[in-house]
Amino acid sequence: MINQTILEVNNLKTHFFTKQGVVKAVDGVSFSVDRGKVMGLVGESGSGKSITGFSIIGLIDPPGKIVDGEILLNGKSITNLPEEQMKQYRGRKVAMIFQDPMMTLNPVLRIDTQMIEALTTHEKVNRETALNRCRQALVNVGISSPDERLKAYPHQFSGGMRQRVAIATALLNDPDLIIADEPTTALDVTIQGQILYEVQKLCKKSGMALVWITHDLTVIAGLADTISVMYAGRIVEQGKLDQVLDTPVHPYTKGLISSVPGHNKRGGRLDQIPGMAPSLLNLPDSCAFRPRCPRVTDKCLKAPGETTVETARKIRCFNPIMGDAQ
Amino acid sequence: MTMPLLSLDNVSKRFVKPLDITERLLAKLGANLKDEVIHAVDHVSFDVNEKEVVGLVGESGCGKSTLGRVIAGIHKQSTGSVSYKGENVDKMTARQKHEVNLAIQMIFQDPFASLNPRKKVREIIGEAPLVHGLVSKNRLDYYVDELLERVGLDSSYKHRYPHQFSGGQRQRIGIARALAVQPDFLVCDESVAALDVSIQAQILNLFIDLKDELGLTYLFISHDLGVVEHLSDRVAIMYLGRIVEMASTEAIFEKPNHPYTKALLAEVPRLENRHKDFVGIKGEIPSPINPPSGCHFHPRCLHAKPECSQVEPKLKTITKDWLSACHLNDGVIDD
Repeated sequence: MINQTILEVNNLKTHFFTKQGVVKAVDGVSFSVDRGKVMGLVGESGSGKSITGFSIIGLIDPPGKIVDGEILLNGKSITNLPEEQMKQYRGRKVAMIFQDPMMTLNPVLRIDTQMIEALTTHEKVNRETALNRCRQALVNVGISSPDERLKAYPHQFSGGMRQRVAIATALLNDPDLIIADEPTTALDVTIQGQILYEVQKLCKKSGMALVWITHDLTVIAGLADTISVMYAGRIVEQGKLDQVLDTPVHPYTKGLISSVPGHNKRGGRLDQIPGMAPSLLNLPDSCAFRPRCPRVTDKCLKAPGETTVETARKIRCFNPIMGDAQ
Repeated sequence: MTMPLLSLDNVSKRFVKPLDITERLLAKLGANLKDEVIHAVDHVSFDVNEKEVVGLVGESGCGKSTLGRVIAGIHKQSTGSVSYKGENVDKMTARQKHEVNLAIQMIFQDPFASLNPRKKVREIIGEAPLVHGLVSKNRLDYYVDELLERVGLDSSYKHRYPHQFSGGQRQRIGIARALAVQPDFLVCDESVAALDVSIQAQILNLFIDLKDELGLTYLFISHDLGVVEHLSDRVAIMYLGRIVEMASTEAIFEKPNHPYTKALLAEVPRLENRHKDFVGIKGEIPSPINPPSGCHFHPRCLHAKPECSQVEPKLKTITKDWLSACHLNDGVIDD
């Protein structure tokens, strides 16, 4: 089977028109995800990674607006669809998992009510079939005794359990694409391990594509096939996982990787990136990473365009770390 | 032998939720109702030597923060004793106790909640040393400037309010505030958990620099094993109020002894572990109100034996400077 592209994002620009000025949260982002593959979208707070996710699923509210670019799902454009049409995609073809499962779950409704609603919105099924499918979905994410759990309210669940329910609900309609926005960040390591295990299994089994948004490079290392690193609204480096992690070409990617503490550099100082991420409000025309970059030159006063450096590898940098001594 | 800077001897902390009036009434009438007791910290003993960094690791609800607060003097332990420089803190004179309270400072997780939003940075940092007479009023400005520069902030920031700073900068202010009373011992409770990766690296570097410059001792509480591994000399692993394993960082990360430590380490995502097949340790951390009998970990343990559910395993020395509480070690080592 040839790789089938599920999601293609071309030059997406999502801007927020605030009183203080235009916030270019997403400014020219392009990537694609194939069937059964996981793309890691990495960035720090305020890099626009979540807004990229929200744009895909059509949850950008005013003053935000997708001003340019297109989002193709299975080759069909779903950019700026009217709400009525978008509803047929959202939750059915594309689903989202949030960092805080209480964003997905309604605290005053029982789990069965919520899950059945998610199912019957898109399909005409009777209650009995719906219940069966909900039960199966809960079992799929590793919840034992699903009947008991279906009758419970969200507050009766632990954080990890709630996240499983949120994932089960997202999977109910067998979507082609799941966007997961930091779904394990608030969880303990052992619970995170369980969730990653379930997600990985489901991806392989059902062939859905997954966009995993996170700030945690180490999770991406274990889970993803491809990786896109975002900084100040733009993808500064993207490519195959091993390629990017082993030989980062963009100074920001390299800085990010060196910042991860672990046993390699035990006790010593970490190679930190100086300064902090810029505000996305009124960004200058120069490369956004310029004030923090160790390889800065006069060329960087202009914003770098996207260049392909190897197969399936793109960067935005005038002075990439290529071949020369680092 | 040198004396440890801090030692804990059988420290326990229990939180009791007493019965309300109707429940008391029902209990009098013969209903089987008792006070709810949470054993947040359960007979913990260990030493921290001078200029050492001890990492305290555990999942949420294991009691690691409570233990940190007991050490910092915010909570009083229910039983057991805390000694500082060889002296029992409870038996000290008021004056000595006061000194210990200053010598042990705490740095909190949330840089947004731990700074008073109505005070300027100058007051936040300067208040404590002024009150405790560590600095005179006319030298205070100079003192605050020095502290701000030490933690990598511009001294002109002292006239600002906390909301004008980013998360990383606030955490630096929190560190400067702790340093203002010239402590020897810092309890860092998840102090880098809320920060972005690049900012986290900056703060970790600051901790390392401060340790070298000021000769500080740390208890570093975290759920992030990568951070703990990077920073600590020794690591204690905590599960439901008890220390289950304690040894040097190298030892624990290379060949963990306790099944819980093993499981925990297997789950740590690492940059080197690509395209991993995740396994997932089964179950969740049980409630500390009603902890499992015997070894608290036995319902989740792959190697549980019948006795694990009945007898609490003691924390024993398995080799030099290596403690573990597991029945699997019984018979292997004589004690």
